[in-house]
Amino acid sequence: MTPLPLLSILLTPLIILALATLLTWVERRLLGLWQDRYGPNRVGPGGLFQAVADGIKLLFKQDWIPPFADRGVFVLAPVIGMMTVLMSFAVIPVTALSGIAGNLNVGLLFVLAMMGLGVYAVVLAGWASNSKYALLGGMRAAAQMISYEVFMGISLLGVVMTAGSFSLYDIVTAQTRMWFVIPQCVGLIVFLLAGIAETHRLPFDLPEGENELGAGFHTEYSGMKFGMFFIAEYAGIVLISALVTTLWLGGWQGPVLPGIVWFALKTGAVVVLFILLRAALPRLRYDQLMALGWKVLLPLSLLNVTATGTVLMLRSAG
Amino acid sequence: MLDTLRTLMLTFLHAFQRRVTVQYPEEQPYLPPRYRGRIILSRDPDGEERCVSCNLCAVACPVDCISLQKAEQDGRWYPEYFRINFSRCIFCGFCEEACPTYAIQLTPDFEMSEYARPNLVYEKDDLLISGTGKYPDYSFWRVAGVPIPGKERGESAHERPPVDLHSLLP
Repeated sequence: MTPLPLLSILLTPLIILALATLLTWVERRLLGLWQDRYGPNRVGPGGLFQAVADGIKLLFKQDWIPPFADRGVFVLAPVIGMMTVLMSFAVIPVTALSGIAGNLNVGLLFVLAMMGLGVYAVVLAGWASNSKYALLGGMRAAAQMISYEVFMGISLLGVVMTAGSFSLYDIVTAQTRMWFVIPQCVGLIVFLLAGIAETHRLPFDLPEGENELGAGFHTEYSGMKFGMFFIAEYAGIVLISALVTTLWLGGWQGPVLPGIVWFALKTGAVVVLFILLRAALPRLRYDQLMALGWKVLLPLSLLNVTATGTVLMLRSAG
Repeated sequence: MLDTLRTLMLTFLHAFQRRVTVQYPEEQPYLPPRYRGRIILSRDPDGEERCVSCNLCAVACPVDCISLQKAEQDGRWYPEYFRINFSRCIFCGFCEEACPTYAIQLTPDFEMSEYARPNLVYEKDDLLISGTGKYPDYSFWRVAGVPIPGKERGESAHERPPVDLHSLLP
């Protein structure tokens, strides 16, 4: 538990939202860098306030609910999307001291549950919009996220087995001698891919595929409701990166620098990897996505669990 | 799989390459002399207007953005008014090609933004420049066989004196 639980409960969402907003700018600058151009560099130092300008623009846009939409669900969907992502951060141990919910003994399961609920945001948004493209996007999202959820969980099993705990805090402390990235690299790769699919980022952004679905599940959204989906997506990237850091890269552990700096550095590196993937790779076709998920990644993660289990058994026996 | 990693690597290496963007207002791009930008009306080497208001530019203009009216003074033709509506102009350069006296020319300048649309209608005062533009030596009235004050018939460049029809001499 942190020293001031109420304060951290209030502050953490704000910090995460600010980070996610900042990330929109970081992504655009990095994409620019990798595409031999600049990206937004006019507003503020290095274009830093571009994110603020975009936020203000979104706030002043007409918040339109189409007359054919299912009002209640339409409004609820972005809230769910935002909430589930923010809730997940509660159990992330940023340093040895913090984590709002403290050392929750089922922390990892909590995160997985929240991500599972996050699917509803996309599916309900697609359904409530009552329009063809949104529905197609929502359906794609449902199929994609449910199938990737399966081995996302399984890919985490290796880590859980090695650490012997579901608590994220315990998993980090179990990496004192060696980060799990070495023994559990297969799990990391599978989790990363599943994480990209989960946050529906390129190259797995089929639910929103601009060129065939308009904007997919959030076609009908505008103004701040769209903004919430947008920010939730970026917060999702931070979440997945923070999880990768916690589960594979040793969390806050590292020499010399304080824990929080190490955590930020590692998370930042994974975020940059996310953006690099977007900069480099084209979107998969839908059948390729499904084939990759069910035919490659699921068997791979099962193999990983089997191998980890065998090694652990042999070690405890010997 | 390896292809994907190679793609990632190559994309990442682009971080160390020069950016192609020209940071425009601070950094001006090079515009070649024959760039088709803002239209001007040039003067001949004597400092007189080159335009003889033949209307060929207005005829050639595909969007009809040129409007002019002929006036005459001492045998010389000149435009009474000459108006280009730059909100219609497509900078095709046909007017320059049509002009028989090199009067109308396109220049390497495109910074002509305005807040009010009527300000894009340029009058003769806005179009006329004090120089000769791309053709420093050409003067229509020096080569044309038209008598003007200070130059009688037969005194133009490459022109022989007129034949005296009433004389019997060869």
